[in-house]
Amino acid sequence: MFDESDNVRKINTINRRLFIITAAKILVFFGLTSRLFSLQVKQNNKYLTLSDKNRIRESKLHPVRGEFRDYFGNIIAGNNEVYQLHIIPEQVEDFRYITLRLKNILNLSEKEFQKIHKKRKEIKAWETIVVSDNLTWEQFSKVNNYLHELAGVKTVLSISRIYPFNENYTHVLGYVSQANEKDIINNENIKEKFVPGIRVGKTGLEKTFENVLLGENDIQRFEVNAYGRKISQLNYQKGSKGQNLNLTLDTEIQKLCTELLKDKSGSICVMDIFSGEVIAMQSSPSFNPNLFLFGINQDDWQLIRNDPMKPLLNKTINGRYSPGSTIKPIVALSALENEIINPEFTVHCKGHKNPLELYGQTYHCWKKEGHGFVNLKEGMKQSCDTYFYEVSRRLGVDRLSETAKKFGLGKKVFGDLFENEKKGLVPNTIWKKNALGQSWVLGETIITGIGQGFIQSTPIQLCLMTAQIANGGYKIYPKILTNDDKKYKDKYKPLFKKSKNIKIIQKAMFSSTNELRGTSYKSRIDNPKYQFAGKTGTAQVKRITDKDRELDLKTFEIPYEERDHALYIAFGPYKNPRYATSIIIEHGGSGGSTAAPIAKKLFKLIIDRHKLRQSIKEKKYLDI
Amino acid sequence: MALNSFSHDLTLFQKIKNYDFVLLLSILILGLTSIFTMYSTDGGEILFHTKSHFIKFSILFPMMIVLSFVNIKYWHAGSYIFYIIILGLLVWVALYGVKASGSRRWIDLYFLNLQPSELMKIAVILCLAKFFHRVRTSSTNTFSSILFSLTIIIIPSILVITQPDLGTAILISLSGLIILWFSGLRIKYFIYSFLIFVTSLPFIISFLKPYQKLRILTFIDPERDPLGSGYQIIQSKIAVGSGGITGKGFLKGTQSYLDFLPEKHTDFIFTLFSEEFGFVGSVLLLLLYSIIIYRIIRAGLISRSFFSRLFCFGFSFAIFLYVATNISMVLGLLPTVGSPLPIMSYGGSSLLATMIGFSIVLSANINHRQNIS
Repeated sequence: MFDESDNVRKINTINRRLFIITAAKILVFFGLTSRLFSLQVKQNNKYLTLSDKNRIRESKLHPVRGEFRDYFGNIIAGNNEVYQLHIIPEQVEDFRYITLRLKNILNLSEKEFQKIHKKRKEIKAWETIVVSDNLTWEQFSKVNNYLHELAGVKTVLSISRIYPFNENYTHVLGYVSQANEKDIINNENIKEKFVPGIRVGKTGLEKTFENVLLGENDIQRFEVNAYGRKISQLNYQKGSKGQNLNLTLDTEIQKLCTELLKDKSGSICVMDIFSGEVIAMQSSPSFNPNLFLFGINQDDWQLIRNDPMKPLLNKTINGRYSPGSTIKPIVALSALENEIINPEFTVHCKGHKNPLELYGQTYHCWKKEGHGFVNLKEGMKQSCDTYFYEVSRRLGVDRLSETAKKFGLGKKVFGDLFENEKKGLVPNTIWKKNALGQSWVLGETIITGIGQGFIQSTPIQLCLMTAQIANGGYKIYPKILTNDDKKYKDKYKPLFKKSKNIKIIQKAMFSSTNELRGTSYKSRIDNPKYQFAGKTGTAQVKRITDKDRELDLKTFEIPYEERDHALYIAFGPYKNPRYATSIIIEHGGSGGSTAAPIAKKLFKLIIDRHKLRQSIKEKKYLDI
Repeated sequence: MALNSFSHDLTLFQKIKNYDFVLLLSILILGLTSIFTMYSTDGGEILFHTKSHFIKFSILFPMMIVLSFVNIKYWHAGSYIFYIIILGLLVWVALYGVKASGSRRWIDLYFLNLQPSELMKIAVILCLAKFFHRVRTSSTNTFSSILFSLTIIIIPSILVITQPDLGTAILISLSGLIILWFSGLRIKYFIYSFLIFVTSLPFIISFLKPYQKLRILTFIDPERDPLGSGYQIIQSKIAVGSGGITGKGFLKGTQSYLDFLPEKHTDFIFTLFSEEFGFVGSVLLLLLYSIIIYRIIRAGLISRSFFSRLFCFGFSFAIFLYVATNISMVLGLLPTVGSPLPIMSYGGSSLLATMIGFSIVLSANINHRQNIS
């Protein structure tokens, strides 16, 4: 049927075409091999990483926050073990039944109950719902009783902040609470370490030192499948606890401050006049920071927020007050330094009937009958306004403001340590021109001389000012962290021209407290061990009208908001000064009657604890 | 022996002497590899896929050996009938087939679901090999023979496209066309039709179903929908790439073990193999396929009859085509078309078709001296 030649042609055609196809096949297989080479050998690392990313899920756990300790090593913000209650829905047979049981056992509100069910819809079945992050002991034991009936429910030990001294350190430390969106956006570190429910500092030092306190997360690495279910734990990387911070504060004194300020609105701060260590710093009223740990309830929050005494305000550093007569030591010092007056300079104070008159304005002394002829010492001792009107008139506001600023008024005491620390205000002619666009008038100098008018200071500034007078006129830098060893070039730089002038002021302050007719004479301590020197101040809240002057009402007869602020600054022991304090009681009446008695109680304890504090300090040096 | 009655010329001893044991061994090794790989896809347990694949292979492998003793001339004689039966099954599928995940491909035979389109891949080659066996060189390029062979190719292809199963249809067409190529159809026809195909590509694309268009778009840029249509190919590349030189080890492929790989039993089985055995394993597997392809070509080269020759060359190309398409697909070199990897992939029909093909090749080997009139 076929001839031979056609068969040969046919075979030749087939074989030739086979050759072409085989060449193509070899080419393709070579191509596949090189593709495999490129994926598996050249890009192996890339795909290996991708594969690990696929299968490995990291879950960060709560980092353990660093603690705060007081000067003596007592924990003032610590970590507490708390019991959380978790549900894992996939292990639960009947979710509704279990949650209803829990609702009964834990007395959950309808709202909380709904919240659990809402959460259930948002998560995958093998993820965890936190029903409660702080079971009370009662709840915990109750749940444990029923645990065998509640499959899928478990109690988990967790760590939470605790403030053992409740309201004593609220304003210094601030408080922690659940991180919100703002915290995460503002702080990279929080963002990086974020885990749901993480607590971060909201105010105070807790906020300032967030980054060192936060600590490192423990990290659990799981292998997961394509649906995100955990298959096995690969490793557990232990994080580290945040840094502990030691403060210079003394809990005993802090507690006394809280007690002394009870039911009052105001502030006390105490400072070591050489080291600048803040021994105590309390603002009143305070509140319990532990309330914020697990979300404060609305009633408590409204109570704190709407309190007219403003518990949320740290008055020590955020409160601005007219210094009143507590500015007088600076006025007198400035006048002495600028050689405007000498200690024997005398002014005749004639009382309310013959006030100082300048350009139609009258300037009264606080004492109706007048002080008669007063020199510097008497003027300070009895806090004669007329004397200081005259001194400041001669001195001028610019020279006064220079001295005041030198001693720490008008600028932040702690720098950036606290959020919102107020600078206060030390006015001068240039300031007024710039800020208000008006020329300075002499009358403003006169009232600045008794600490009224534009001048404003914070309690911590007054404390620093007092400390720098008490230590003989040398510059110090207040600190609240024990290991805050920042080097300042001008530390201990003399702030005076003649040290004699500082001595004069110290003596005048001594007489104000310890000599008859001194404004705080009643609050004196005669025992030289505790003896302190001070200066009262009474800052007017509203202008005193002639009518008020005629009525001459007692403090308790005036409406609360119109009562004067009571101030007192002091240092002691007088013979060998170590500590300075400033006390302010808002609307407390006069400094002499309200603020100075507090200093008396305070100094007793401060001096008593001095030895203990010294021994700790020596021990600290020995440890090094 | 009963088998002896099929052969009039050779004794059993001669048959065994002619037997291509290299090919047989290669198929056995590939089969065992596939069973172990299947064991790995089941997560290191003997579950449904392993069991089923093992049973199918252990039935079909001896079946292949038995069938290989059928004289090649009977295959030649039965080619058209075989083709017509498979075509009939395809029509049956179109009318009464079992529908699964959107396409109608299977006939429910109770003990297995038969996919006739897989068998059609072999039937087309058989049918055209028989046709061109008789055609003289001078009449290869006549209108009637081209029309006949194109009809043989196009009818089943259209039936398969309507299932819809574009991938298999393309493979059927290419398996048929390759016989045309070997038979000496003018090269210019191939070039012209290729040019027509390329120019009409936009037109063809407009006829594609949305999911098919999506596959092409995904092929061009898998990252456009990494969790949707691009997921398979991205995960597959990650699995292969992370395998490295020596692989993650048997049963240690995290991508497949942790369910990141879809279709790991069937079309993506190479991915799992490559992840666990790495570049070395993959190249060895390619080498095994190359040996098989070479042995098939060799069977064709030594055969006297054009039927054997055409069938072997056609079948070797088909095997090459399945392997190349499947591996290119999982390596992201081709759009995802459903094409199994011969013997390795899970699927009875594909295995059955491949084994029938091998048995014909082995038969051609035994009877290579035989002329078919």
